[in-house]
Amino acid sequence: MKIAVSATGQNKESLLDRRFGRCDYFLIYDTEAGEYKAIGNNGVSSGGGAGIAAASQVIEENVSVIITGNLGPNAFELIEKAGIKAYSCEALPVFRAVEMFQKNGLSDINAAGNAHYGMK
Amino acid sequence: MVISVLSGKGGTGKTTVVAALSELAKNVIKVDCDVDAPNLYLFYKGMDVEKKNFYGGKCAKINKSLCIECEICEEVCKFGAIKNWTIDPFSCEGCGACTLVCPQNAIKLVDEKTADTFITKTDKGIISRAMMGIGSDGSGKLVTELRKNANRFIEKNSITFLDGSPGIGCSVIASITDTDIALIVTEPTKSGLDDLKRILELAEHFETQVMICVNKYDINPDMTSQIENFAREKNLFVVGKIPFDQLVMKSVNTLKPITEFAESPARTAILEMWVHMNKLMKKYKQ
Amino acid sequence: MNIAILSGKGGTGKTTVSTNLAMTLGVSYVDCDVEEPNGFIFLNPSIQKREDVFVEYPVIDQKKCVLCGACAKACQFNALAKAGKEIVVFEKLCHDCGACRLVCKADALSYVKRSMGKLESGMAKEINCYRGILNVGEPMAVPVMRKLLKELPKEDHLVDCPPGTSCNVVTALKYVDAAILVTEPSEFGLHDLKMAVELVRLYNIPYGIIINKDDGQDNMVKNYCRTNEVKLFGTVPYSMEAAALYSKGMMLCENDNHKKNFIHMAEKIKEAFTW
Repeated sequence: MKIAVSATGQNKESLLDRRFGRCDYFLIYDTEAGEYKAIGNNGVSSGGGAGIAAASQVIEENVSVIITGNLGPNAFELIEKAGIKAYSCEALPVFRAVEMFQKNGLSDINAAGNAHYGMK
Repeated sequence: MVISVLSGKGGTGKTTVVAALSELAKNVIKVDCDVDAPNLYLFYKGMDVEKKNFYGGKCAKINKSLCIECEICEEVCKFGAIKNWTIDPFSCEGCGACTLVCPQNAIKLVDEKTADTFITKTDKGIISRAMMGIGSDGSGKLVTELRKNANRFIEKNSITFLDGSPGIGCSVIASITDTDIALIVTEPTKSGLDDLKRILELAEHFETQVMICVNKYDINPDMTSQIENFAREKNLFVVGKIPFDQLVMKSVNTLKPITEFAESPARTAILEMWVHMNKLMKKYKQ
Repeated sequence: MNIAILSGKGGTGKTTVSTNLAMTLGVSYVDCDVEEPNGFIFLNPSIQKREDVFVEYPVIDQKKCVLCGACAKACQFNALAKAGKEIVVFEKLCHDCGACRLVCKADALSYVKRSMGKLESGMAKEINCYRGILNVGEPMAVPVMRKLLKELPKEDHLVDCPPGTSCNVVTALKYVDAAILVTEPSEFGLHDLKMAVELVRLYNIPYGIIINKDDGQDNMVKNYCRTNEVKLFGTVPYSMEAAALYSKGMMLCENDNHKKNFIHMAEKIKEAFTW
């Protein structure tokens, strides 16, 4: 399966970005191939609806799981409708976040947080 | 900790208050979210350490060499931005409808630079600010960008002050979302109270803790009471009442924060307000 | 003849000047500061007409939709997105441009109205008053302003504009023939006045300045007007008494101390705009 992690950089040692809509990158981890791939987040250049642009992009990558800080209401609605599960994690290196998920160490996001979460 | 200073009505004293509070707090980051009329930076002899282009939106561009003047684009445009096969950049909303219908593929959407963003270093923290092109679009997106640029400088105990713009539209929405406190600076006038009600309604949407400050409160003590009563009804705190003070105009015109005028009654009131705000912020943390 | 009253900086006195000038000149008043309209507080018109401002947003017929996602791709504002087995619409982001319907090959898109604001009109002592009010929570003022200004009858209007110099004010300027810039004699006032002057010059709109809360001295704004050959229509002197009247929602021009001044400025304006 594929796991998307919102990230501050392009490799697996980069820290997880708690923001979903406006993080700089998504790191997509393919569990079967054991490989990471980085994609730039379209939400960064969006005027409004950054969460929507980011979610759409991640949905197109056919991921089953998202690991991030939290999800605003627009992104949450899309992710839920797409049947993707989302989990919350602290700003750890991406590969650690994935490890924690695989050990069932992360709590799932089952409700939308505030809009524009992470924009502190 | 992020404190957004807003008003609804223009000219109530947001920038004066932000400049003063920034001097009182220890570790400070300032963001001038009043991108249409940025004034905060005028108080500081800062140095621009970063300058970036900002692309606020898109605009359609017609390639005249391909255009066959069929006018299909003009018919489709809902914003009246196309006349005589020429696009009016001030009306164009960058929706791309024209690009979809042009039989010659003669129209493209192009990124438009609408502002320069800056990080300006002052002797007390940075200011994240912008200079918008006159008549440009995309204020809300720009405010979001300025906040993002400032995020890099956040430290454990730093406080970010957002100097907001008047109104309740997209740039104010972008200054109010995901903040800890919204300090609403109002004035004791009928207009001020009317506008306060609307900005409050907006703040309630976004679930941020609201505090109210009445500036120049002594020009109409009766209106000030009305504002205090209104606040009480809404279970909101009036954290400060700043008296009308000639020295504030002097502070603006000499471009020095009011905190530098030791005898200023406004300064004293702002100091008291900051103490009051801190008490409340501690309470909210619990 | 439509004259815009703008400023750049907020709180300089646009509404004070426009309501009092409208009364003095006997022309209609239009409040297009739709985010925070204040003019009616002072004019207190009896409202005769009220209507909603509607915008449209797309609705997807999920039975017809083939989930190609073309609409989501075409939308520049992220108002449509594809999620698994459906297209989701985010109404508040929709700019009502129609691009999505243009690309839908399955004829699955139709549009539905929603209200985002109101227009009101009425009369106050023989002058017509109009205003727009944006619903709180709506990010875009322009559609309300546009409808307000487009539907004005053919008569003279003073158009009270929002603060700033960006897209809101630009929208208002499309419907006016001349402009009065209201400023205050302070560093902030002058700084933002220069931006407003740049804006009206960009649009080739004839303009002049009124200094509100004037200190009666030869200040930085008067100096600027002289050096840049900018018309000064007059000043409204600063006084606690004027501030108090304003705070109570009262008209300055009905007060003997200020009446003459507004008549004088009105005359200069008529002359300058050859009206």
